[in-house]
Amino acid sequence: MSAIKEMPMAKAITAALRDELAADQRTLLIGEDIGALGGVFRVTDGLQAEFGTHRVIDSPLAESGIIGTSIGMAMRGYRPVAEIQFDGFVFPAFNQITSQLAKMHSRTDGKVKVPVTIRLPYGGHIGSVEHHSESPEALFAHTAGLRIVAPSSPQDAYWMTRQAIVSDDPVIILEPKRRYWLKGKVDTENPAPDAFRAQVLREGTDATIATYGPLVPVALAAAEAARADQRSIEVVDIRSISPLDDETIARSAAKTQRLVVAHEAPTFGGMGGEIAARVAERAHHRLLAPVLRVGGFHMPYPPASQEHRYLPDIDRMLEAVERSFSYQRGV
Amino acid sequence: MALLTCRVVISGATGEDHTVQPQEVQPIQLLAPDGKLAENDVYGPYIAALSGEELRELYRYMVMERRLDAEATSLQRQGQLALWAPALGQEAAQVGTIAALKSSDMVFPTYREHAMALYRGIAPEELLTMFRATRHTGWDPRQHNFQVYTLVLAAQTLHAAGWAMGINQDQRTGSIPRDRAEDEIVVACIGDGATSQGDVHESMVFASSYELPMLYFIQNNHWAISVPTRTQSRGPLVNRAQGYGFEGVRVDGNDVLASYAVATKLSAEIRAGKGPKLIESVTYRMGAHTTADDPTKYRSNQELELWEGRDPIRRYRSWLDSTGEADQAYFEQVDAESKDLASDMRKSVLALEPIDIERVFDTVYSEPHRQVEAEKAWLKDYEAGFAEETTTEAGGTR
Repeated sequence: MSAIKEMPMAKAITAALRDELAADQRTLLIGEDIGALGGVFRVTDGLQAEFGTHRVIDSPLAESGIIGTSIGMAMRGYRPVAEIQFDGFVFPAFNQITSQLAKMHSRTDGKVKVPVTIRLPYGGHIGSVEHHSESPEALFAHTAGLRIVAPSSPQDAYWMTRQAIVSDDPVIILEPKRRYWLKGKVDTENPAPDAFRAQVLREGTDATIATYGPLVPVALAAAEAARADQRSIEVVDIRSISPLDDETIARSAAKTQRLVVAHEAPTFGGMGGEIAARVAERAHHRLLAPVLRVGGFHMPYPPASQEHRYLPDIDRMLEAVERSFSYQRGV
Repeated sequence: MALLTCRVVISGATGEDHTVQPQEVQPIQLLAPDGKLAENDVYGPYIAALSGEELRELYRYMVMERRLDAEATSLQRQGQLALWAPALGQEAAQVGTIAALKSSDMVFPTYREHAMALYRGIAPEELLTMFRATRHTGWDPRQHNFQVYTLVLAAQTLHAAGWAMGINQDQRTGSIPRDRAEDEIVVACIGDGATSQGDVHESMVFASSYELPMLYFIQNNHWAISVPTRTQSRGPLVNRAQGYGFEGVRVDGNDVLASYAVATKLSAEIRAGKGPKLIESVTYRMGAHTTADDPTKYRSNQELELWEGRDPIRRYRSWLDSTGEADQAYFEQVDAESKDLASDMRKSVLALEPIDIERVFDTVYSEPHRQVEAEKAWLKDYEAGFAEETTTEAGGTR
């Protein structure tokens, strides 16, 4: 029997959760509306019926409580998977995540492990209301003690979720909600590459676009469109934000000699700047242009009627690629 | 409606007693400040059941803690500690409560539960490790069933609720870990100030909704640094429990016997599956908030003197003495023991080895992390560069 099935990303995550719940009695799910309703995105659909109300726990409407109690359960030996309903609702739990979850292992000199997984549907382009479309990854990446991954395909979503749950460290999974219904093949027997490494998805020679999560399909489409202009674009799926596989990104940038980093989050103070600095440190002499960033603006996420002008798209990525060609080295 | 017409006092050393609240709920008291034991049908029997040795142990721990506190304060004044948060005045509240628990019950402390920590067998130098800033913590939580101190207050009340959810789940599935007791309950410590934190609210909601085996132990010492309790709550904190649908009891926290009796009764009920309970222990922080604080700026001498008159140790000693449960020789023996504790502690604290930053690198994550490893390697190379220069300089003096 083949273990390869075509399914949307949301269902790949459901499958990963089901498989981990079945594999380890100490894995628990907790979150708002994840039981009978199956979560607002139906990612936990059917799991409470299958595993019971005590392993798929409907929580009070309290994000700090969800993460704080997950920490307590993890301290006792459980592996809680906490769902935060939307990116913008993670902030009531910010203290528990950054001052408690991230630091507990270090504070206790490694004596207390807190294997909490936080599932965070994130990003925009869903035409929703305020607080439902944000990309807060840089805020968490700046906090030592957290691991942060962002899948871009159903296969990655399945394996990253499983790897996050079995990791002894706290892991935040940024689930690109606009890609929940993106279909792809999921092989539940052969693992995807290590969740904490980047991956070259498309080889190219003229420039690299490095991105993660929801913008990976956009970058692949941009690379395809650039082919018409005789530009050969390499696409790197960053996949893991912390740790950051700067080696793979820099290797690609050194090869193509031009790098564009894209994310939905605002560029100011964002991951793009961190990546630009790291690539410059590793491959400055190989680059023909500065690393360019494509991202959101330094503003609150705008009303959805304007998100098409806020979010990076194919054209914004290609504009950056062309701009990187406009730089001339030396005199 | 007298409550509403009460004069609002925000804070400030006005000379009045800030420790009187607009709405009073009489705390349970067995031992009056003059050392007389009252009859009490509900709580009295718990005291009657204590042996002479158990009664004397309560006294001994209170004296040990007070001596530890004084020594820590002087170590800080001598520049040997980064900070100290004295528990002076709160000895009875802490000792009475922890003595009522089983050693297998998990405690989630704030940062001032020194008497409780001592009672659980944490060594003074382990307790002071964080305050000397050699390490963030000095003990293994599982070894003592006593979690590490929490400085971002109230965060630990949610960890306590999560731990209690784990207990319920263990019992449900019959998979109690080998190192845990079957009848474990959880104690979440907080002060009057931290009750204003949102996490306490969320914790109490979880505890109530999931019927968690939890005891909330609020030490109302009347001051959150410089802000009086009435700024945290217009009514007695004990009344909060009612809003969440569980029982709360207000106890005289300077009465070690009442503290013991109330905690014994409530913990037995929690153990019997009756859900969470709350204790508001009314006590007084006789010292400063920390060694960085100056209480004369916000509270009056009269108030301090009033509470010195309610000193928990003197009160209990006078009762032990009058009932013959302890004699002069015993008191002298405890005093001598506390002096030894102080001098031993001084030596062991000064001998504490600081952590190496390499160990901090190694504990940020439990699994390898590329950036952490790279930075650790960089620091090693960087510092090795200085070592080479030093060697060259030394060897270069021809």
